[in-house]
Amino acid sequence: MKKNACNIVIGGEAGQGLVTVGELLSKALVRSGYFICVSQFYESRIRGGHNTFNIRVASDEVIAPQEGINLLVALNKETVEIHKKDLLPGALVVVDEKNGEGCEICIKVPYKQFSSPRTMNVAALGVVGCILGLKEDVMAEIVDQAFGKKHPEAALENKLAVTSAYEWAADKSANFEKLPQIASPASRLMLNANDAIALGALSAGVKFYSFYPMTPSTSIGLNLAAEAKRMGIIVEQAEDEIAAINMAIGASFAGAPAMVATSGGGFALMVEGVSLAGMTETPIVIVMGQRPAPATGLPTRTEQSDLEFILHAGHGEFPRAIFAPGSIEECFDVTRKAFQLAETYQSPVFILTDQFIADSFHAVAPFDIDKTSPIKAGSTVNEVLLPYQRHAFTETGVSPRLLPGLSQHLVITDSDEHDEIGHITEDSSLRKRMVEKRLKKFEGIKKEVVPPTYVGEPQPDILFVSWGSTKGSVSEAASRIEGKTTAALHFSQVWPLVPDQFLKTLKEAKQVICVEGNAFGQFSRLIRRETGFEITKHIRRYDGLPITPEYILREINS
Amino acid sequence: MRERVRVRGTTDHPHPSSPVEGEEKWYMVNLNDYGTYETAWCPGCGNFSLLKAVKQALVASDLAPHQLLFVSGIGQAAKAPHYLNTNLFNGLHGRSLPVATGAKLANPRLVVIAESGDGCHYGEGANHFLSAIRRNIDITALVHDNQVYGLTKGQASPTSEHGFTTKAQPQGYVLDQFNPIAVAVAMHASFVARGFTGMTDHLAGLIRQAIAHKGFSLIDILQPCITFNKVNTFAWYKQRCYELPKDHDPANWNAAMKRAYEWGDKIPVGVIYKNDRPTFEDQFDVLKSGALVGAAVDKEKLKEVMNKYL
Repeated sequence: MKKNACNIVIGGEAGQGLVTVGELLSKALVRSGYFICVSQFYESRIRGGHNTFNIRVASDEVIAPQEGINLLVALNKETVEIHKKDLLPGALVVVDEKNGEGCEICIKVPYKQFSSPRTMNVAALGVVGCILGLKEDVMAEIVDQAFGKKHPEAALENKLAVTSAYEWAADKSANFEKLPQIASPASRLMLNANDAIALGALSAGVKFYSFYPMTPSTSIGLNLAAEAKRMGIIVEQAEDEIAAINMAIGASFAGAPAMVATSGGGFALMVEGVSLAGMTETPIVIVMGQRPAPATGLPTRTEQSDLEFILHAGHGEFPRAIFAPGSIEECFDVTRKAFQLAETYQSPVFILTDQFIADSFHAVAPFDIDKTSPIKAGSTVNEVLLPYQRHAFTETGVSPRLLPGLSQHLVITDSDEHDEIGHITEDSSLRKRMVEKRLKKFEGIKKEVVPPTYVGEPQPDILFVSWGSTKGSVSEAASRIEGKTTAALHFSQVWPLVPDQFLKTLKEAKQVICVEGNAFGQFSRLIRRETGFEITKHIRRYDGLPITPEYILREINS
Repeated sequence: MRERVRVRGTTDHPHPSSPVEGEEKWYMVNLNDYGTYETAWCPGCGNFSLLKAVKQALVASDLAPHQLLFVSGIGQAAKAPHYLNTNLFNGLHGRSLPVATGAKLANPRLVVIAESGDGCHYGEGANHFLSAIRRNIDITALVHDNQVYGLTKGQASPTSEHGFTTKAQPQGYVLDQFNPIAVAVAMHASFVARGFTGMTDHLAGLIRQAIAHKGFSLIDILQPCITFNKVNTFAWYKQRCYELPKDHDPANWNAAMKRAYEWGDKIPVGVIYKNDRPTFEDQFDVLKSGALVGAAVDKEKLKEVMNKYL
């Protein structure tokens, strides 16, 4: 068990305010200087069902979720039943006294004594905050910031609920280990992957974002929509995903850096657009938040089963790059890199996330915005050869792109095969040259690949290979294996693969285990395809739940 | 392009664009500036007159090639913008409107024209047709409506009449004919017109008005497909098309709805309906201060955004 980590699980029905309580508690923890790893479990519905908001907290960095529960906050009775089996020794259960009948291990809170139905959740926050050892004024301030503006009339009521809750709870959890006090909490941002991607995109200079809502990617669009006016960008909810990607391509063609985000089913509709971007050599960044498929699948759960889909999506042959960030910081960085690559190589660039990381809040050091620069879209007239040809043959395969309307030179492109100017051609030798030109760009992309990270012993007994959001769980599992040396090789860029960067480490390990959230072993197949190296041991998960360190350790021991 | 005295537009047809950033020149263009190209069309195709009308309208609007962006889909119609000098994005079948929308938002100074056939606009791209009307994005949709799919060699299109026989519909097309004029007027599209390639000057006038109009302008342009449509021939249209009388008030929605359902023996051409709804672009404050293209990133504001997460 990670030293000093406490896993808090808040459970209840959809509609009870679970996410609000969870987010506010997370905020209080981050403001108090703690690190968190959140995982959210919810059903595809708006009311009812069983949902949880899990917060694993510690005073040093928390990189993975935890299955065992130290503190269960039950907003309904069902939650206690469902999670009894997950409680660790010494765990505490906080429940409304009206739901606590017969529950020996529960702290039964008489909410109606010091709160109304409207402030019950705030009172619960107060009780939990007190149990954990969070300062009352930190909690009160967060509650006020959350509700103060919208419901100023309730501000006093909320404050009283917090105070009464702290008063009541003060002597109710003597045996529970409070979180270690942090004297001078550092200022950190509370971000999930979607937040970080939105920030990364803004810092890279995104100017146009079009989307159709689809879990788990929707909040990227909501974040950008909330800041569109302030940042001077346009966010548009399109009539369908086909419109979304075509709008983004149109905007990008005209010179506004553009991004779209979706999940598997929405991406399926975008696929022709991907091919269009490849053919017209239009930069575009596409975020795909994976969830269990096929078809509608499990809309609110997590999986890593669209790697091969993204790798091959779009009829025909054209270059692409695919990122799969493993941490919130990496989300910010790869998004910036994606915009830069998309513009430089005039290609579609993908970012693969999943529901787990999309919804996983962490405490992150603020980004050094002053050190970042946005990309520059397009070339200027003095950077191109005249007469201007949008798809001129060059050594690198990249044709400098003028933007339409910014000069007298005409910019012409076509989804049909085209000549250097951009007009339709059916000439077979010209076609051959154009195919080669487009594929030549791939060589430039390869030179800029972000190499996988290697953490652990050289030539280990066990080398874990992973990609995307499982980075933290793999790393933690590796560090908890006893009696064997371990290491973790994590890919935050899954395409292109440059064997020189990692093949030696694969060969030098005594045993290689590929950890991924899909049934076919898509990444291990890709490794074999590109390098000939066959990974024979796998840890796979495809039940809709995230890969945890415990899951990995159980699989190894079985 | 020659730089001469610019002919200012009238209040009825205000000039739609301003000169290229940083330049003081205004352009007066003539037909030669638009070039002449060899086409892939059948001799006798209605597209030839249509292209002529487009060039006439552009010249009359004082628009130089580089100020325009044509966006087309796929089909013989969609090749039309390849046959004049202009900026061009020839995209996917049915998807010219979304690309045009994105480009227009990125750079509102571009005069954006979405030119494609009835299959693109009313079939594959029907959802985008409806949405473009709802947005009232300031682009012009030129729909080459020949009531058949020509490039794929003769299947029924959304505007084919009931009973139209083809190899794909050998028993006769059973769907009810799509009426784009009625749908557009019903949705209060801000500029709805119908033209006929056999009335070329009249069509050129419509295109000029459509371009000048601020908002989504639809011109459904009837034209014969001499190879694949043996029913709606040039003579068939010529017999039926008539100019709307001078007393037709395009601001009168009820009158427009009536005209929208006139089809068969008599087919009215002209501006059927017009209004002054705000455009989609009007709602974006950011566009009031210029295009998205080339705009910087305000780092202080970005830090404010980031610090909200503290």
